[in-house]
Amino acid sequence: MRRLRELGPQLLVPALVLLAWGVWSARAENFFFPPLTDILASFRANWLFARVPTDVVPSLERMLAGYALAVAGGVGLGVLIGSFRLVRWAAGPAVEFLRAIPPPVLIPFAILTFGIGPQFKIFVIAAGCVWPVLLNTIDGVRGIDPTLRETARVYRIGALARLLSVVLPAASPRIFAGLRTALSLSLILMVISEMEASTNGIGFFVLQSQRSFAIPDMWSGILLLGLLGFLLNAGFVELERRLLRWHRGAQASALEGA
Amino acid sequence: MTLEVRKLAKTYGNGAQATPAIKELSFQVREREFICIVGPSGCGKTTLLKCVSGLLPATSGEVLLDGRRVTSPPEQMALVFQEYGRSLFPWMRVEQNVRFPLRRKRLPRREADRLVSQSLAAVGLSEFVRHYPWQLSGGMQQRVAIARALAYQPQILVMDEPFASVDAQTRADLEDLLLSVWERFAVTILFVTHDIDEAVYMGDRILVLSARPTTIEETVAVELPRPRDQVRTKELAEFAHLRGHVYRAIKKRT
Repeated sequence: MRRLRELGPQLLVPALVLLAWGVWSARAENFFFPPLTDILASFRANWLFARVPTDVVPSLERMLAGYALAVAGGVGLGVLIGSFRLVRWAAGPAVEFLRAIPPPVLIPFAILTFGIGPQFKIFVIAAGCVWPVLLNTIDGVRGIDPTLRETARVYRIGALARLLSVVLPAASPRIFAGLRTALSLSLILMVISEMEASTNGIGFFVLQSQRSFAIPDMWSGILLLGLLGFLLNAGFVELERRLLRWHRGAQASALEGA
Repeated sequence: MTLEVRKLAKTYGNGAQATPAIKELSFQVREREFICIVGPSGCGKTTLLKCVSGLLPATSGEVLLDGRRVTSPPEQMALVFQEYGRSLFPWMRVEQNVRFPLRRKRLPRREADRLVSQSLAAVGLSEFVRHYPWQLSGGMQQRVAIARALAYQPQILVMDEPFASVDAQTRADLEDLLLSVWERFAVTILFVTHDIDEAVYMGDRILVLSARPTTIEETVAVELPRPRDQVRTKELAEFAHLRGHVYRAIKKRT
């Protein structure tokens, strides 16, 4: 009950926006802004749940595959680059150059290389999402307190245990910051990649609806993407809250002591 | 287990930027001895401990543990840092922190359990095993670090100003706690402090270091009776005499 009262203002604002939109669009004559009721009707027709297996699932599969590749590559390379000064020195300029390339520009190249199947989309998503993960992992690993490292050395902790139980947990607050940025980026790149050489997916559906003047359908896809982004982020924040509970606690007590 | 430091010297950097930290140090520590190291601030005490524990290579000279040269942290040695808040792993509970170094020893599970609970009991933290370090006070965190060192079963315990960041009352309690575990666990202790009273109260011998580049100014034998007591020991004329003596030895050069 109390939680509901706290959430009240947060629910009120979206409700008011929807209401205003509904009232305004019901009277508008503009073809490109159909009545909200039409949009909701096509949302229901499309996404509950007729097009879920044909468009939503393939989209999310590609997005998660690209994201997973980016996480594995970004954390792996990040630990390597962050741990060794020589590697950092050598790889620095290359990393700075590669991350400056806007990922969508890789689409033509990716289509040539991987064909028009799901692989090119996964590649584009991974190639864009890897940078925030990589850079944050490097910073996280570099920023590990020297006293923690020395403690691990004094107690002769082996390389694998040091990686899994010291380096990764110590760097995890930074790594999570990168993972969160990469997650929203993966949704953006998923949509962009589906607007090129595609036959299914949410991005494809939005573009296709626009081309066939099915404006309520187009809007329903936009609404779905917003909703997906919101839910993915909320899920991620909840996961982070649980896994990094120690970090918040440690920070709070450090502030208290200071 | 005897520790011998032979003509140890350490210079940071080289060429024009070379900064000598330790000029030359030699000393021996007998088994089960409690050695305190004092000196003016910034005199390379931490550098000395890092060289002794194999964390930092010496520029010349050597550290011998039972005649064997120390090149990396030895198995028989544990180190307690001043910054307890930064040497305990904040993502591990108290119990996991103490157990973590034991993994490498590949002990049977029951033996590891026994070591963990015995050392936590020795520092009076049996009821806090499920807490995270940051949920405890500074003094309690340092007790966790001491328990972790004890569970590791070192023969030499090296401590770098371990009680410098806690309040005076907690500090006296920790000193007595350390003296009791020193007796009980039969370890050799190398204890760096900037507090002269603490050095005299705790040690069998005090190494007084000079300012940088560091040498040994003087070695002072402390023949106060044990067990020591925060009130009675400090009331002894001998305590006041030693305290003044060490104080003058440090001031002499600075």
